[in-house]
Formats: sequence, structure tokens, C-alpha cells
Amino acid sequence: MMLRLPRRGLAQILALIAILVIDRLVSPQFFDLRLQDGRLFGSLVDVLNRGAPVALLSLGMVLVIATRGIDLSVGAVMAISGAIAASLADSYPWPVAVAAALGAGLVCGLWNGILVAVLGIQPIVATLILMVAGRGVAQLITAGRIVTFTSPDLVWFGTGAVLGIPAPVVIVASMLLITGIVVRGSALGLLIEATGGNARASELSGVGTDLMIVAVYMWCSLCAALAGIIAAADIMGADANNAGLWLELDAILAVVIGGTSLFGGRFSLVLAVCGALIIQAMNTGILLSGYPPEFNLVVKAAVVLIVLLVQSPALASITTAVRKARA
Amino acid sequence: MDQGVFPKPPLLEVKGLTKTFGALRALDQVDFSLRAGEIHALLGENGAGKSTLIKLITGVLSRDAGTVVLDGQEIAPRSAREALDAGIATVYQEVNLLPNLSVAKNLYLGREPTRFGIVRDGEMKRRAKALLEGFGLHIDVAAPLGSYSVAIQHIAAIARAVDLSARVLILDEPTASLDQHEVAMLFSTMRALAARGIGIIFVTHFLDQVYEVTGRITVLRNGRLIGERPTAALPRIELIRMMLGRELSEETEERAAREKTPGTPCATFSNFGKTGYVAPFDLELRHGEVTGLAGLLGSGRTETARLVFGAERADTGSVTSEGKPIRLHSPRDAVRHGFGYCPEERKTDGIVAELTVRENIVLALQAKLGIARPLSRREQDEIARRFIKLLDIRPPDPERPIGLLSGGNQQKALLARWLAIDPKLLVLDEPTRGIDVGAHAEIIRLIRELCDKGLALLVISSELDEIVAYSDRVVVLRDRAHVGTLGDAAISVPSILSAIAADARAEAAREGVT
Repeated sequence: MMLRLPRRGLAQILALIAILVIDRLVSPQFFDLRLQDGRLFGSLVDVLNRGAPVALLSLGMVLVIATRGIDLSVGAVMAISGAIAASLADSYPWPVAVAAALGAGLVCGLWNGILVAVLGIQPIVATLILMVAGRGVAQLITAGRIVTFTSPDLVWFGTGAVLGIPAPVVIVASMLLITGIVVRGSALGLLIEATGGNARASELSGVGTDLMIVAVYMWCSLCAALAGIIAAADIMGADANNAGLWLELDAILAVVIGGTSLFGGRFSLVLAVCGALIIQAMNTGILLSGYPPEFNLVVKAAVVLIVLLVQSPALASITTAVRKARA
Repeated sequence: MDQGVFPKPPLLEVKGLTKTFGALRALDQVDFSLRAGEIHALLGENGAGKSTLIKLITGVLSRDAGTVVLDGQEIAPRSAREALDAGIATVYQEVNLLPNLSVAKNLYLGREPTRFGIVRDGEMKRRAKALLEGFGLHIDVAAPLGSYSVAIQHIAAIARAVDLSARVLILDEPTASLDQHEVAMLFSTMRALAARGIGIIFVTHFLDQVYEVTGRITVLRNGRLIGERPTAALPRIELIRMMLGRELSEETEERAAREKTPGTPCATFSNFGKTGYVAPFDLELRHGEVTGLAGLLGSGRTETARLVFGAERADTGSVTSEGKPIRLHSPRDAVRHGFGYCPEERKTDGIVAELTVRENIVLALQAKLGIARPLSRREQDEIARRFIKLLDIRPPDPERPIGLLSGGNQQKALLARWLAIDPKLLVLDEPTRGIDVGAHAEIIRLIRELCDKGLALLVISSELDEIVAYSDRVVVLRDRAHVGTLGDAAISVPSILSAIAADARAEAAREGVT
């Protein structure tokens, strides 16, 4: 049921397919796959692998946006969790390092959720606080240096593989599955959509809207913490200055491309991840094409514009009117 | 106010103004006239058509029929801007100025005195100071408007409007957030303006203020003109009757004969209240009984409903449900105990517009069951289909976003939301507001049916006929306090009117003393 694609998802799927086709045109080996050291390699795998952090962020972000919120702190949370995991990796067993990093993520989410739900601060301002402070906290943890580690267990999160599939991809897929089961298998999905659609009415219907809001911010930060572990494992170190920098914007973009309105309400987990893949497929395509990466930003903006135009109700009514006029 | 010996032509003459929204007649052939130099109260309960009338006069809405004549000239403004240019200014309850700019800048926004294209700040301040002094206001015009009290902001807004050569000034509930001293200040400004020949339309729901400051009163009800009277010649009880009482032209609801034994108590509120919200009250709601809440707008009806449902947290008193004390701190608590609440503001407090009819119907039940016990899609479909059939919700499509339904059908879907939790107590705030005539009768029939099934009902309505038709008991409110209860035998429109006005008379007597 979770994977049931809504009708409105057509635009995103077509966009992803179109971009993959273009990638294939600029780089003929794009769909080639090869197995090496028990792990799949190839441009397509690369898209999934490189896109994993943003896909994870968008998975949490889509829930926050569905409640009519936004979380600007996910990049900073990535930095914090990466710093913690990297600092602990070589002196403690990997479950301790990972649990501490994820725990820190949950605490960050609780902080955001309390600011938004209990204290009633506007989400964009409330999470801005952690966006700024979080990077400072991460730098304090690493004492301003880039902390490196060698623990192969933690490195697995970035470069390992399960049945040939890169670990980050496996993690994203599992988190998509878990989030889907938690949200759609329980009543959370409906109650989150109701909270985002009309918080006053939902509260008057007995929905614990504050609880919903705290829960989605915690889940969002948990996803960010996981993304932070992957990012740190990938470079075998934590760079508090640059880990996750600006990724909150990519995550918001992925959610919007995925068709979830910033005004809250209806959301789709699958399409948010699809949005993240669209962004990454573009990035990879431009790198492969040999154009300078500066083009990336302009092309990204153009694709976003096209996807949004396709979803625009105003445009839909214009095209219907044109069709009627012709008939 | 001076009415003159010779009938002068009115400053503003409105004839046959009509506006419909869908199937709803918001304003039906309304006439209205305003003389120069008078303060004219425009009264009516929520949904009477006051704001529609103002919006039609000021061009915010476009009219379906009717004419507006200002100073002998027919006008048809298409926006508030055009109305202002014609000489009609409106000041709303929420001041529409910019609180972070200085008072002077607000007064001259968009028409700043300039020399060679440069704003002459000193000149602007000097003029602003002079203008406000004309209103008896000696304040620093360079300070931000937001740093002053709401009353001063109102007077500044009025000063700006009048300075824009307004001849008609519309004040839409300007006193709602003012204290007594500030109201006095505003009234002296209004009187000074009237003396200068400006016609003022004053919308309020404070009757004391109507008698204090206005010369004439126009009452609207259900979008129709009920009457226009000189204030001095209209006793309070008559005014209340005009605002709430029955219209002979309307189909009247018959009061059904009752022959039932009193139900067992469902919820009992003792000394229940909240400071500054509703004075502590005792209220017993019984199974199989409809308790009506009657009173004027602002008397504390909705406030009582919100307290009963836990939407507002009481700070005194206690509640028992089925004889056992319960905690009632939030709507969640209320829903857990089987209470339901259909709020007056359907759009902002009731429906989740984007979600489907099915999702809206199951929302309260799902909230009650909790996150861990989701209703399966099949159960949801079954519930939605059952209630769509039972309440005849149209179109009968559970997957349609509820925002696309008509007001009456949205109201039925909200009723369904609460019926789905199999409630013990249902609070209905203006259940027939903004609903077309057909659905209106159906909602009333539903209320009776629910009551017969043993539900306890607490119903708020501005329509006294309705209250009389379905209530077993009527609680009368005034000034945010419960002032009386009418038992089954005593319920009639005249008895409710005199219960509301009895207190008013007592207060009028008190005023006479002081």
C-alpha cells in the first residue's frame, strides 16, 4: 500500500525518466553496471549512492512539511551526528557510536519540535536556531579539526554493500520502507495530513497536533543523523564545517519537486525520494557530460521550474481551456 | 442628532441591495439611508448581512442588484480604493495600517508632501501633528504607530480616512478590543466628526454603546432589513426582538409536544468557568435532552461551548461525566469521554478542506482510537458510506475533497465526524448558519432524531425559533454569564426575549442611577 503511486506522481516519474534518458544521451555508458569486489558500480548506482543523504533528508523533511512546517537544521544535524560518530568510532564499538549519533539526532528533533509545537515559534525561525547553533556544536565536538577514523564497521555505512548494493542505498530503501510502514501502517499519516491541512480543526477533532509536530521533527532529525553518519563514513572523517552544508535546501527542493505543498497537508514519501533522485540524476548527468559544474545550478533551477509548472493548477486550467477552445 | 424639520436628502442612500453566494442569499433587497452628521448603528447577529452590506457599499464585493447613491450621485465602486475616492472610508476592527512606520508616515502614506520628488519629512510631521490635534490627540507623530494603544491607532486610522475627504465613515466593530476609557475617547472623536457633517455608520454588538452614541438604528437579520428606528424611540427589548425575534414572513418551526421522562445526567458542570472568559456556571446536560443556549452575539454562548468541550481550559469548577469526575483540559480529553463539538466557523475550525469527505468523517474516531489502532481502508469506506447515506450528503462521493461541498453538506459531514465516535454529548454551535433553507430543515430534524436516540445535546443558535423548536431547556446568557434557565413548559420566543431583556432592563436601571 505504501508503494502505491498516486496519480499525481506521474509528473515526477516522467521527469526522472526524462533526465535518465538525457543522462544516457550525454554519457553512453550511463546504464552500464559492473560487479567489482562484491559491489555494483556504474553511473546509475552512483546516482542512488550519491543521492542517499538528500533522499534520507527528504524522507524526514516531507513529514515536517506535511504539518506545514519546515526544518532548516537538517544540514547542521548531519554535522553533529557525523562529528559524534567519528569521534567515538575508534574508541567504542560501532553500535555505541551509531546509537550516540542517532540519539543526538533525536534530541535535536525534540528541541525543534518543542520550539514549534509547545512554544509556538514559526518553524522557519525555530529551526534556523539549530541551523546556526548546530554547526557550532559540531565544531565544538571536533574541536575545530577534521576528525578522521578507521573503524571498518563505521566505514561500512558509506562504502559497504549488501548483495552488491551499496550500503547507503540499502539504508535509504530500508528507511523508506520503515517510514512508510510507520506512517501509513498506523494512523499517523492521516493525522499528520489533517494537522497540516487545518491544525485548528484537527485539534478540535481530538487530534494531538502538538504530539504530531514533535514526532515529525524528531523523525526528520533522526533521518538527518543517519545521513550524517553516511556522509562521515564516506570520507572516513567528520568535517564540521562542510558536512551537510546547504543540503537542507536540496531536501526542501526534493520535497517540493515530489509534489508536497509547503502549505502542508497531503504528502508522498515515495515522490519525495523520487525528487531527491531527480536532483542527483541531474548532478551526475552534468558531471558526466563534461560541462562545468557551474551549469548544474542553472539546469537544476530550470528542471525545478518545469516540474512545478507541470503540477501548477493554473497551468492545468489554461491547457484545459485551450483544448476546449480547439474542440 | 439633529434630524431637521425639513427632510433633507440623505447623504448615502442604498436601495434594494442584493447579494447571493451560491444558493445562499447573504443580502436580500436591503434599503439603508445615512444622513449627514448622524451616527447610525448597523446591528444584527452573525450572518445577518452587516459585513456583506458594508462590502457592497465599499465595492469590496460586487452587487447582484440595487443602487448606492452618495450625495445625489449614483456610485458603483469596484474596490475599496474607488469607494475612498468617492468619499466612503472604512476603518475595520483590525487597523489596516503599518505598525512599524511612524504615525506621520501612516497618515500620509501614498500622498506624502514632496518637494522635487523628495519627501518633506518635517512638513509631514507638522501636518500630522496638526491633524491629530484636531482630534484632541497630542502624541509624538514620529514614533511608530504600533507603539500606541489600539484606541489611538483607531483614531489615527479615522483621522487618515477623514483627511482623505471622506464624507461617509464606516466603523466596523472599532470598540471590540478597547477598554472603557478608550471607548470614551473614540466616542468623543465620533461625535466631533458628526458635528462636522460626516455621516458615520457604526457596527457593533455592544448595545450599551449603541444607546450611548447613535441617533438611529438599522437592524438586519438573515440578510433582510428588519427595520430602521430612531434610537431614542426604540426600547431595548424591542431592539433585541428585532435582532433575534421571529419574522412573520418566515416559516416558523413548530414546537413539538414533549412527553418524556427526564433523562439521566450525562455531564454535569459545577461552578465551571474561566476568568475573563465566562463567569462560573452550573450546567447539567442530560441524555435525550436538548439544552439550548440563547443570548446576543458576544454574550458568551460560543465561549460556554468551548469550555464544555475543553477547547478552552476552565480555571474554576469541576465536571462529572456519568457521575464520575473527569479531567477536561483539551479537546482530546473531551473526545475520549465521548463529547463532540461542531464549531460555528466551519471553514477555519471544522473541515480539513483538502482531505476527502471520508477522511474528514473518520478523523475524530481515528483520533479517539489513537495512532496505533488505524482504521483500515475498508472500515473507513464503510463508515463514510454509512453516514453519507444516513445524512444524505451530496454528492455521495466519499473521495471528493470536502472543501468542494456546499456549506450544508460540509455541516452534515462534520456531524457525521462526531456521530462516528458514537458520542454521548454533542455541542452544536450555530448548526444552521450559512446553510440553505432545505438543508436547514434537515439539520433541525436530525437534531431531534439524535435527541430521541438518547444523546445529550447542547445547541447554540441565534434563531430563537429554532431554539424554541428543539430545546427541552434553554439557558439564557448575557455579558458572558449564565443569567437564567427556562424549563420545558416556559420555553417560547417571548419568554426567552424577556429573559434576555430582563437583565438588560435591570442594567438600564443601574445606568440610570449612576
